[in-house]
This record gives sequence, C-alpha cells and structure tokens, in this order.
Amino acid sequence: MSFILIGLSVIIAGGLLALIFCRNSQLSTLFGVGATLVGCLMAIIPVLKSIFYGNAETIHLVWDMPYGSFFLKLDPLSAFFILPIFVLSMMAAVYGKEYLMAYRDEKWLGISWFFFNLLVVSMAMVCLANNTILFLIAWEIMALSSFFLVAFEYEKNDVRKASWIYMVASYLGTACLLPMFLILGAGSHSLDFDVFSKSLSPSMAGICFILALVGFGTKAGIMPFHVWLPIAHPAAPSPVSALMSGVMIKTGIYGLVRILSFLGAPPLWWGWLLVAIGIVSGVFGVLYALAQHDLKRLLAYHSVENIGIIVTGLGVGVIGWSANMPVVAALGFAGGLLHVVNHALFKGLLFLGAGSVFHNTHTLKIDHLGGLVKKMPFTALSFLIGAIAISGLPPLNGFISEFVIYMASFQGAIEMSPNAAIFLISAIAGLALIGGLAAACFTKAFGIVFLGEPRGSAARNARESGFWMIIPMMILSIVCIVIGLTGPFVIRMMSPVTGVILGSIHSGEIQTASNWLGYITMGSLVFIVILAAIAGLRHLLLSGRPVENVLTWDCGYAAPTAQMQYTASSFAQPVLELFKFFLRTKNNITISDAYFPSASKFESHTPDIGSDGIYKPIIRTTTNFFRQLKIVQEGRIHLYVLYLVVTLLILLFWNMR
Amino acid sequence: MEIASIINIGLGLILAPLLQGVINKTKASFAGRTGPPLMQAYFDIIKQLKKSAVYSKTTSWIFKAGPVVSLAAVLLALAIVPMGGQAAPLAFPGDLLLLAYILGLMRFFTVIAALDTGSSFEGMGASREVLYSALAEPALLIGLGAIARETKTISLSQIMPRAHFFSPEIVLVVAALLIVFLCENARIPFDDPNTHLELTMIHEVMVLDHSGPDFAFILYSSSLKLWVLGLLIIGIIFPSPAGSFWLLYSMISVFGLLLLAVVVGIIESTMARLRLARIPQLIIAAGSLSAFAFILVMR
Amino acid sequence: MDSTIEIIMILLVLSDMALLGLSRLRACISIVSFQGMLMGLLVLIAHSSSMTPRLIIIAAVSFMIKGFVFPYLLRRGIREAGTQHESEPFVGYIMSIISGVVMLGISLWLGEKLPLLAALSGSSLVIPAALTTLFTGLFLIVARRNALNQCLGYIILENGIYTVGVVSVVEIPFLVELGIMLDVFVAVFVMGIAIYNINREFDHLDSDRLNNLKG
Repeated sequence: MSFILIGLSVIIAGGLLALIFCRNSQLSTLFGVGATLVGCLMAIIPVLKSIFYGNAETIHLVWDMPYGSFFLKLDPLSAFFILPIFVLSMMAAVYGKEYLMAYRDEKWLGISWFFFNLLVVSMAMVCLANNTILFLIAWEIMALSSFFLVAFEYEKNDVRKASWIYMVASYLGTACLLPMFLILGAGSHSLDFDVFSKSLSPSMAGICFILALVGFGTKAGIMPFHVWLPIAHPAAPSPVSALMSGVMIKTGIYGLVRILSFLGAPPLWWGWLLVAIGIVSGVFGVLYALAQHDLKRLLAYHSVENIGIIVTGLGVGVIGWSANMPVVAALGFAGGLLHVVNHALFKGLLFLGAGSVFHNTHTLKIDHLGGLVKKMPFTALSFLIGAIAISGLPPLNGFISEFVIYMASFQGAIEMSPNAAIFLISAIAGLALIGGLAAACFTKAFGIVFLGEPRGSAARNARESGFWMIIPMMILSIVCIVIGLTGPFVIRMMSPVTGVILGSIHSGEIQTASNWLGYITMGSLVFIVILAAIAGLRHLLLSGRPVENVLTWDCGYAAPTAQMQYTASSFAQPVLELFKFFLRTKNNITISDAYFPSASKFESHTPDIGSDGIYKPIIRTTTNFFRQLKIVQEGRIHLYVLYLVVTLLILLFWNMR
Repeated sequence: MEIASIINIGLGLILAPLLQGVINKTKASFAGRTGPPLMQAYFDIIKQLKKSAVYSKTTSWIFKAGPVVSLAAVLLALAIVPMGGQAAPLAFPGDLLLLAYILGLMRFFTVIAALDTGSSFEGMGASREVLYSALAEPALLIGLGAIARETKTISLSQIMPRAHFFSPEIVLVVAALLIVFLCENARIPFDDPNTHLELTMIHEVMVLDHSGPDFAFILYSSSLKLWVLGLLIIGIIFPSPAGSFWLLYSMISVFGLLLLAVVVGIIESTMARLRLARIPQLIIAAGSLSAFAFILVMR
Repeated sequence: MDSTIEIIMILLVLSDMALLGLSRLRACISIVSFQGMLMGLLVLIAHSSSMTPRLIIIAAVSFMIKGFVFPYLLRRGIREAGTQHESEPFVGYIMSIISGVVMLGISLWLGEKLPLLAALSGSSLVIPAALTTLFTGLFLIVARRNALNQCLGYIILENGIYTVGVVSVVEIPFLVELGIMLDVFVAVFVMGIAIYNINREFDHLDSDRLNNLKG
C-alpha cells in the first residue's frame, strides 16, 4: 500500500517539477512523462496484488478536516478501476511526449503536464478514498485538472465553450452527490465509507440510488446527462481525450458501483431502470456516433454507447441480485466491470489512433480523409484492432465482456419470472442492436478514414507518426488481443471484485463463466489456425501466377476520381434515414438548376436531442427567471448595503422570536 | 461420438455448394428453363481457384484479408452448429453468441474489404449490408432466446434435440429465423443474387472487385453460410433426438436443407425483390415475431 | 379446445401486427376480413361443448358480416375512391410494428391484473390478445390519415371487444354484441358514404385535412 502513496507522490512531484520548468518544453515533458511512468509502475504493484489475492489494505492518516480523514482503502474493486487508470496513463503519457511537442512553440507544456499528472493522481485518489470529504476533494481536483486540459487550446472559441460546458455539467453532477452522501452518512459521527449504514429505509435507499445515478451518471455520460461528453472530449488533445474517455468517465461507474455496495440488496426496479438507461444510452450513443463527421466526436459518442453497455451489465447484475440468482448477479456485474477495463483499452487505443491521424493530417473531418492505410500502416493496424474490439467481435477483448453480460442475461431470461425476464430479453435485444450498429459505425470510421483513395491534400501528404506514438498504440493493441484470448483467466480475477459488491464471493458462478470462456478461447485459437491455413493456401495458389494491378471496376467508367468514393455521410445515411424519427438529422442541399451542372452543396447535421431537446429549454427558462431577478442588481453600493442590513435584521428577528 | 460430428462437418464442407444448385434448379424449373447444372457452384469455385487474381491499385492488404477472414469465420461457425441431433464439436453454453458474432466478424471484413476498393457501388452495398444485419441481429437472438427458454438450455447443441416443432411459439421463431436466413444470405426479397445492376444489390455488389482464389473463397463461404444458417432452421423443424441413429438423422438434416433450398427457390420465383425502404420493415417484423414468441414462451 | 383457442389468439395478434405494418389498403381489408372469419370460428370453438342453434346463428352472422359484408363495402369504398395506399401515416410503419410489440407487452401485463376475466376465458392468452386487438384498433384510428384505415380501426376495435365477450360469457352478450355490431355496421356504412363523398368533394381521403372545413 505504501507503494501506491510513494508512486502517487512521485507523479505529483514530477508534475510540480514540470510546472517549475514550464518554460523549457523538453525538460518539463521529461519530468511529466518520466514521473508518470515511474510512479505508475511503482503504484501498480500493490494494485495487482490486490486483484490477484483479493485482499484489502488500508491507510489511515490524521487529517485536520471536520468529518474528513485521510482514509485510503485498496480493495479489489478499487484496484480493478485503478489498474486501467495506471496502464492507460502510462500509454497516454508516452504518446503525449511526441504529440504535445508539436505545440512547443505556442504553449508552455509544463502547465499541461502538471495538470496531466494531477489528473492521474486524482483519478487514483477517487478510487482509493474511503472518506466522503477526501473523495469529494479528489473528485473536484479530477474535474478541475481535466477542465484545464480540455482548455489546452484555449485561444479557440469552441474549445473555451466546450471546457465551460464540461465544467458546468461536472458541478451539476456533484450537486447531486452532496445530498446523497449526507443521507448515507446521516446518524453517524463520521463520513467514512465504512460506517455508512446498510439499513436505510427502502424509500431513502431509492432516493440515494437516484441521486447517485444522476450524479455519477453525469460524469459517466449516461443518457440524457451525456451532453458535455461529445463536446468536451474532442476539444481536448488526443492523449487527454484517451485518458478522459478511457478511464476518467469510468470513475462515475466506480462511484455508482461503490454506492450500490453500500445500499445492500436492491429492489427490482433499480435493475430495470439501469437496463433501460443502458440500452437507451447504448443505442442513441451509437446512432449519434454514426451521424458524426468528426472522428473524435464519433469516438466520444461511442463512449456514451459503451457506458450504456456497462450500465446494462450492472443493471442485469442488479436484477439478478434482487431476484436472488447469484449466477445472473455475479456475471452481470463481472461483465459490466470487465467492459470497463476493455473499453479503457480499446477506447484509449482509438483516441490515440485518431490523434495520430490528426497529428499528421491536421484534420479530423472523416470525409476529408481516406487511403491512410498506405501512408500510416501502423496507426491503421492498431485502429483496426481497436475498431474490431469495440464492435464486440471475437477474438478480441470487447467480445469477452459482452459475452459475459449476454450470458448473464440469457441465464436470467430463461429462468426468471416474466416480469424480470422481459427486461433481460430487452437487454439481449438492445445489446445485439448496439453491437450491429457499432460494427456499422466502425466499418464507416475505419473504411472511410483509412481505406480507399485520399479525399484531400491533407490525407494525400500524410506520413506515419513517430516511434513514441506508435509504441503505446501497439502495446494497447496487443493487450486487447491478449485479453481476448485469455478470457477464462481474466474473468476469474472478477470474483473478488464482484465479491466486494455483492457482499459474498461467488467463485462458483465465476468459475462457470470461466469454463464457457475457455471454449471461446478454444474457438478463437481454432479460428486463428484456420485463418493462417487459408492465408497459406491463398499464397500457395497465387504464387507463380501473374497478379495484375488495375483501376477499381466501376462498371466501365474509366476515370474515377477520389471525390466519387462513398463518403462517411452517404455510408451512414440509410441508418439515419431509418431512425430519423429520433435523430432529426437536418440536410441542407443546394443543387444548381442551371443548364450546365455547377457546384452543388450537401450538408447534414444531427443535433443532439439531449442538449437541444432537454437542456436548452431548461436553461432558457432558468435564464429568463434569473433575468427577472436582475432588478435587485441595481449596481448602486448603498442599495447593496441596504440588502445586507435588511437581511441581518430579518435574521435577528428570526432568532429573537 | 466424435466421429459423428466430424462427419457432419465433412458433409457441410462437401455439400454446401449443392444448395445453390438446388435453388437455381428450382428457379429454372419455375421459369420453364433447364437452368445451370446442379453442380454449377462447384464448377465456379474450382474455376476461380485455378485463375490468377487482379487487384485494384486502390486496395491494400485489407482487401486481400477480407475473403480469408470470411472463410475462416464461416468455417468456425460450421463447427458450432449441431446437425442431426449430434452435438457440434464446439458446443458449450453460449455458443449461439459465438455463432452470431463470428458471422459478425465475417461481415465486418467483407464490408471493409468492399470499402477498400474506393468504389461507390461497393460502398453502397456495404452501407446497406451493415444496416440490415444490425437489424437482423436482435431478431436472431430473441428468437433463439425464446427457444432457449422453452428448452431451458443456452447451447445450440442442446437446444436442437429438445425443441419440438409443433407448438405455436416455435412456428413463430421459425418464421422469424427464415426471414433472418433470407436477409443474411442476401436472397430475395432482400437482395437479388442474380441481377448485375449494382445499384439494386447488397451482397453481390460488395464483392465486385474480388477475383481468382479470393473470389472462390467468397463463393465458398457464402455457400457455407447458407448451410450453417439453414441448419439452425432445420435443426428446429426436423426432429433430431440425440442418440445412436445419428447417421440417419444427419441424412434427414441434409434432406431438410435441400428442401429448404427448394423453398428458397420457390420464394425467389414467386416474390419480387422488396423496395429498399421496405426491407427494414420486414426485418423488424421478424424481430417482432421473435419477441411475440418469447412472450408466449414466457407466460 | 384450449390449444385451438390459443392458436386463434396467436393468429389474431399476428393479424394485428400485419395491419400495423402494411400500407396497401387492399391487403389491410383482406386481413380484417380474415380476422372477421376468426371471430366467427371463435364462437364455435369456444363453446363447442354446448352447441345451440342460437350460437350457430351468431357464429354464422358474424362470420358473414365481418368476413364478407364489411370487406365488400370497404373494397367498394376504395374502388370508388381510387386510393390504394395510405400515403403519409402520422406514425411510420416500423414504429407502428414496434408499438404493436409494446402494446402486446402492456396487454399481457394488464391481463395479469385481471385474473377473474382470464379465469373465465379459459386461456391466459385471450385477454391479452383481445386487448392488443383493441389497442391496435385505437392505434390505427389515431395514427393513420386515411379515412378508410380509421374505419378499419373501428372494426378491429370491435373485434377486440367481441373476443372478450364471446370467450368469457355467452348468453348476455348476444344483445350487447348485436348492439355493438349494429353500431359498427352503421359506422362502416356511414363511413362508406363519407369516404365516397369526401373523395368526390376533395379528390383525396385524407381525413387529416377535414379540419379545413371549419370556418
């Protein structure tokens, strides 16, 4: 446990040094990256120990804060969330070294590295804190440091706006957390997590659950609290987006799960509420992702989708828990939480890939790219692996966690009473639809960005990124593959983790899942063998035969240009057309009706129903209300003094009664 | 009974292209033609295997990987689906998910290989393919879920011997699966495998640029896909109790598949291809059939 | 007998789904006609143990009227109006089908809440199927523009009520049923005339645009 403290201190120290030497980009980068690497490597040791042996360690330091205590606890659940934080932070730091260097003439990189390191530490602290005050402080530092990172390119208007929206959303979420913690801690003398009562009345527990869902859900980005996510994540530099999308939003999931573990056995409606929210987030997340024209925005919406899958898994687990079916409960939670790690890996990978594209082409507009697989082979390969993984296809890691969630749902759907089974079969249907649409979205993203002919000069002149940007992507790709092939071992680590939530360890159920995954591994290995054999056969067949290289067959059309290719917009159009009832995509078409065709224009835009349909009206009403209140804001000092006097007098009389 | 399952796989490997032949013969006899020989699909595959390949300058290794991955994926799928009451070699609880997703992998690679050519025709096919299959996936899984609830197992190899056909729920599921079968295999009313008007096609248009051995792989894997998904339906319709007469029941399954091919031929001869806008409607109708079946089973 | 009723109920629900998903008016009418025949059969099957001449008459009358007379009138209506398709429904066909599944789920849930009725009807599917049919009728009336489709909605709505009546209790509903059937008969008749006249006056069957008539 002390290793963690030392490691985190090293990271902080590195950040401070980077801040001190912020004028020297080389030196501050060295401190930032080096400290992150060293610190994470040190801190990861106890984390791994906790996951493997399933034990919990605590550190309790004196802290002069009312109701607060410096109480850290590393149990398997925290360890499970911290592990991807450290792994992805290391990768993002190494990647950021080269990525951010491109800005060294315009920015003081030391400042960014300071906030980067602070973000890493605060995320870890959120998962470690075992006291409300400490937790909330870490939570706020996390929000603030990521706010400054989002505002990296603060001179751009969009970026400033994005970071403010992020800030506001973040505080709105926290506003729900405060009353929730107060309810939980009511009646005890401290706000340590350990003393939280498990005997809340059902209605109080329900209120706590809803508050946690809104508060933590805002951070996690569930629908309809996701609006900040697709705005803030693309605005940040890519390594930061990777970190935010990969692990930071997962702290919301961590909070939710932690609160669930305090509240004890849940009623059924929590479960179906979670499943419903999960499916809505998943389906709409992926639909909005399909509608995007910006690669990073697309990825950000996919975070909403994957959070949806995770929440669906948790919901299935809660349904199993409330119906007293340990298989469903353990596997639902195990699948959902495993997806947390998997998503951290492949989403981090994809954001790094997108960053690599941006680094070399300076654009993220999908419809302006194309043909990058020849220019950037390594980026393309790792992006492809990430794309397959995020679509939940075997033999990669995304499939493993989705499989576990599916199996939990199937188990419940075939054995439970109708009122629970109906939600589980909806979960299955939802996951299937999400999976299919995610594949649609990533064939689009990969196919249009990396395949075909370059659609513009930016893509035509692209080069591969440097070694230090490639390495993290390659490592993440390899981890995705490894987890995909070692499912049976990975799932067994989930047994202590789900034990923390459910109160008792269900190793038997997890072992069953492990056996099933054993078959998956077998199938994947067979698949790889067959693949190799067929590839060999193909090579054998083609060897010695003349292979021609010609133009793409376009039905006899002899001079195709790159502009004639299918674009991302046209690829997604049938889906958007089908779901136009929900998406309300706006198309602007200008076609000249002159005798000779001249330039025509087509533009499509899909507004977010969450921000346009829900938030804007609310904000407008609130603004109008407060505008009325502006009368009291006269701007004369004596009036303000009058207010003060009146308030004081009222309070005085109130007390004198 | 390891030998039995291996023989079953062997049957699939050898007989799969025959289904195409049966479909085409049926269509020909409806139209009063002689039609191509029953073995035409075999001839095509062998011819393509012997040829050399032509590649577009636009394409990359993805384009070459597409057919290889497709064939490997569908071969794995063949090892998952049981036949004639005999457990498949790769049978385990949840194998239906691996089946659905390995076919998803096949589709993923077919689609990106199509996009790799940069041709807008292939892009068009790819775009339609991903949409329709995304809609078909829930119909497939809810339908299988309904049968799983009826038989209380989650492994295809255990579901198939226990499903008894003559209950309304199963009829509904079979209807839904038939629609999914036609959609996934790009048959009429979803897609016309015969036209060469690229604008109207879905699957065929995606493989326009493949040639030689690559194209042979594609032809073979679509035959196998027909076989694998057909077995899902046949396994539910035809009684296939696990037991000693496995060879007999395997033969019954093969017969059933040929019958299914005739049915597909009849459908293709008597129906027109749907308008593109109507296709999602039919798939969603299949999904609602599945959901209805599940509700019936659940009661 | 129960399983036969069950199958009729499943067919009833399926025909509801088909009505929600189809746009061709002629096909819709055929399905309504099929539903009408089912209604006739239902009387015979539900009370096959205690067959009386009166039952047979009820069955025959509803079989004829719902299976042939209404469809004939409606077919004549569209022939004279010359419309073949519902043009732009308020709710799209895909959403309609999905709503159908949702309505079925709600009906099942409601069916569980009405145990007495379910016990009377013998099969647990009767009440949900009847409710689904009723909801489908209402849905068509609300969600379709075409006057003919709304007319179909009324008939389907009545089929739903009829199903409950026939299966749960036999003797009393004879009068009730006759009354309802008469209502619908008049409705269809009036609608037929109305459709004809709307069409003659305005050249279309879009009931949505009838509000142009108000001053």
